[in-house]
Amino acid sequence: MEHYKMNLTLKVWRQKNHQDKGQFVTYQVAGISSEMSFLEMFDVLNENLIEEGKEPIAFDHDCREGICGTCSMYINGRPHGPWQGTTTCQLHMRAFKDGDTIVVEPWRANAFPVVKDLIVDRSAFDRIIQAGGFISVNTGNAVDGNTLPIEKSRADESFAAAACIGCGACVAACKNSSAMLFVSAKVSHLALLPQGEPEKHSRVLNMITHMDKEGFGACSNTGACEAVCPKEISLDNIARLNMEYLGSSLTMDK
Amino acid sequence: MLNSKIPAGPLEDKWMNYKSTCKLVNPANKRKLEIIVVGTGLAGASAAASLGELGYKVKCYCFQDSPRRAHSIAAQGGINASKNYQNDGDSVFRLFYDTIKGGDYRSREGNVHRLAEVSGNIIDQCVAQGVPFAREYGGLLSNRSFGGTLVQRTFYAAGQTGQQLLIGAYQALERQVALGNVKMYNRHEMLDVVMIDGKARGIIVRDLITGKLERHFAHAVLLCSGGYGNVFYLSTNAMGSNVTAAWKAHKKGAYFANPCYTQIHPTCIPVTGDHQSKLTLMSESLRNDGRIWVPLKKGDDRKPTQIPENERDYYLERRYPAYGNLVPRDVASRAAKERCDEGYGVGSSRQAVYLDFATAIHRYGLMEAGKQGIENADADTIIKLGREVVKEKYGNLFDMYEKITGENPYLVPMRIYPAVHYTMGGLWVDYELMTNIPGLYCLGEANFSDHGANRLGASALMQGLADGYFVIPYTIGNYLANEIRTENIPTDHPAFVEAEKAVSDRISRLMNIKGNQSVESFHKRLGKIMWNKCGMARNADGLKEAIGEIRTLREEFWRDLKIPGDINDLNPELDKAGRVADFMELAELICIDALDRNESCGGHFREEYQTPEGEALRRDDQYQYVAAWELQGENKWELHKEELEFEVAKPSQRSYK
Ligand SMILES: Cc1cc2nc3c(=O)[nH]c(=O)nc-3n(C[C@H](O)[C@H](O)[C@H](O)COP(=O)(O)OP(=O)(O)OC[C@H]3O[C@@H](n4cnc5c(N)ncnc54)[C@H](O)[C@@H]3O)c2cc1C
Ligand code: SF4
Ligand code: FES
Repeated sequence: MEHYKMNLTLKVWRQKNHQDKGQFVTYQVAGISSEMSFLEMFDVLNENLIEEGKEPIAFDHDCREGICGTCSMYINGRPHGPWQGTTTCQLHMRAFKDGDTIVVEPWRANAFPVVKDLIVDRSAFDRIIQAGGFISVNTGNAVDGNTLPIEKSRADESFAAAACIGCGACVAACKNSSAMLFVSAKVSHLALLPQGEPEKHSRVLNMITHMDKEGFGACSNTGACEAVCPKEISLDNIARLNMEYLGSSLTMDK
Repeated sequence: MLNSKIPAGPLEDKWMNYKSTCKLVNPANKRKLEIIVVGTGLAGASAAASLGELGYKVKCYCFQDSPRRAHSIAAQGGINASKNYQNDGDSVFRLFYDTIKGGDYRSREGNVHRLAEVSGNIIDQCVAQGVPFAREYGGLLSNRSFGGTLVQRTFYAAGQTGQQLLIGAYQALERQVALGNVKMYNRHEMLDVVMIDGKARGIIVRDLITGKLERHFAHAVLLCSGGYGNVFYLSTNAMGSNVTAAWKAHKKGAYFANPCYTQIHPTCIPVTGDHQSKLTLMSESLRNDGRIWVPLKKGDDRKPTQIPENERDYYLERRYPAYGNLVPRDVASRAAKERCDEGYGVGSSRQAVYLDFATAIHRYGLMEAGKQGIENADADTIIKLGREVVKEKYGNLFDMYEKITGENPYLVPMRIYPAVHYTMGGLWVDYELMTNIPGLYCLGEANFSDHGANRLGASALMQGLADGYFVIPYTIGNYLANEIRTENIPTDHPAFVEAEKAVSDRISRLMNIKGNQSVESFHKRLGKIMWNKCGMARNADGLKEAIGEIRTLREEFWRDLKIPGDINDLNPELDKAGRVADFMELAELICIDALDRNESCGGHFREEYQTPEGEALRRDDQYQYVAAWELQGENKWELHKEELEFEVAKPSQRSYK
């Protein structure tokens, strides 16, 4: 692998808090190695800002391994940047070349208010889970793990849906700010398993109702969410959700 | 005097006897009792959910924006349980024994046996919650092997086991939030324990968005705040992982046990430069199929694929034929360091060894060809089929490797090197997981309890969930049963006022240094001292130097630190500064403990104490104890020893040959 250094222009969204209007500020960074991660490039920029006596750019991150779902930058018009199936923290600087200009913004959606700079409030996702994204089983009630065999293909499909990291890129990419991909991933994960079966009707209805309440938009099936999802959660989950929803609306006594 | 409160009686009956005789709290009283849980990783989320289900009033805290993002989410390889589904001779006793031996005879028999006993319940509980573990074609749960064992007892969900287990616990937690049994505080950082009449009665937290300090009361406080590996700056831990919660408790009198037991994981992606912010683990599960080697010739610059078999040194298979690539982590890490120090390392830094999947790809390819009935499959077909199998097992790890290094590990061997990964040390707790402070508990990686001097792979997830789902729900009742008459203490009590003032003063002190150097630069320097002098190999002279250097650095930190921004605002630099300040103090204690322990055991390798073959040399006659340190004033600690007794697993020199 050839490594190289680059100089870049960054246009970064700065916003003091939720009330502030916010604006783009332009920065130059020099000597960035192609081996760095995108967030390490931000570390360099922030160290420069601190040295100049300015406030560093606030951004969310934790694991830097693409699994916690904390990082959330809208890079050159795309949530998580140019690489397919990749979170911001796993994007590496070899995706860019010397002289590039990179525009970085926070997720934008009514249900995800900006907290500061690139940090948004995604607690609406937690509340959607509270509305039904679980299996109601208290600790200590379980039967032996092998009592109920589960077809491998079903288990694998459930796992693929459960791989969602709750990052919110799907919402950020959607022109309606719909959370449908996120919700459908949870509905599928649980509905595909026999353990999730008993609550499957109430779960989908409650989660959808709550999603609407939080101010996420409706799904118009453009597929922008699937295209940017770092865990490549499939649109098939939305189709499954719609089926479950329809079935549940018909069968549930509301 | 340290009382570990291990119940009397035969090892296999201790936990059962405890459960049938411990005090209980009646349901009506539970509703009046408040419990604080700091942390939402596997330990914290499972504890908060289970205690909420029991009817206690729970308040739960994490510094991330959602409980689901706790560092446990990043665990890759798997979780152990002695189910013996594979019929390969596993049992509670074997899991117990492997864990004691893997820990190099520095853990408590009673605790470890309990851990092995509940391991099976954990799997059952997780399956019931909808954790999508890997399955076989027949629909039953699948297993793989981890280091330090000869059975297949590790349950997994591809390379995302921690994520799936945490999501299970998180969903259980959110269900309790919805039911009103748990109140969740995201983006809140606990900054002190409040003590009233010698008991833990609450905490001081900072709202990380507004910067405001808050006081919270409870009848008992549980710290589930994770490990302190980031004291080394570079580690496989998440960026935010820190020691602050445990350290504040230590400063209030809780003993810190075995701080020098740190685990260096053998298979991580090597450092590429000074910009490096963290290191990435390549799961131990890869050692099921990957073979570790270096060239036989020093400084061999050929591409790995051009080095023929007979010019490779599969040094783990050579040195440890019985366990081969699956020796425990401490052994594998030191062996890699030894080869690199001798000049056989690979890559541009020469600080790396190969982890090679070619043999596995070939073997799986042949098996697949057989399964699919392809006769006389050609080499390309075999490789293609083999790669598909490997992809299914480890796909996400291979992708991650490629994203970070730009190299395709299906085609060329991975380059790996050891990195700081886990901390066996932590707050001292008794059998009930209570620290020496009444009412203050510690669960998960933050405590010291079950892994001795070296943790076996896939055992941290097991311990975190054992503590939270199956231990604390019983043991906390034994304490709270005596607290049913304690009314809620109002938070204008002088102890709360005083604790908040101390926290506030410290924050102002940090902000007012107004020096020239960033937090990050200090943290990096601290990490270098620790890695060079208290890392994979330690010696008395180096440790003494390290202690001096840490003190000097700490003094410089408090004189020349620069924190931009405001106190009453979201200020990540300020958050980090508080954590690094605590690491600076902990670092000294780690070195003191390492210096005091004149033996090698597990992850603690003192160069002065090794066998002629370079293996760790324990000195059971003098060091068969838990070192529990009590803070006595600035830079002053007193050592309390908890002698370890082995009635069943008699200590012997560990052998993996
Ligand atoms: C990359 C990686 C892979 C791993 N893979 C495996 C594996 O395959 N198998 C295995 O068994 N183990 C594995 N481990 C180890 C295992 O993941 C951890 O030991 C375990 O998850 C720790 O869980 P925990 O609940 O104790 O703490 P954590 O998950 O670290 O949670 C800590 C919690 O405490 C909160 N917190 C901390 N301080 C404060 C504070 N001051 N105020 C408020 N909240 C606070 C945090 O917000 C967080 O919610 C791995 C570790 C790493 C780094
Ligand atoms: S569905 Fe994909 S994009 Fe949406 S939250 Fe989950 S992982 Fe992120
Ligand atoms: S920081 Fe965890 S996914 Fe990016």
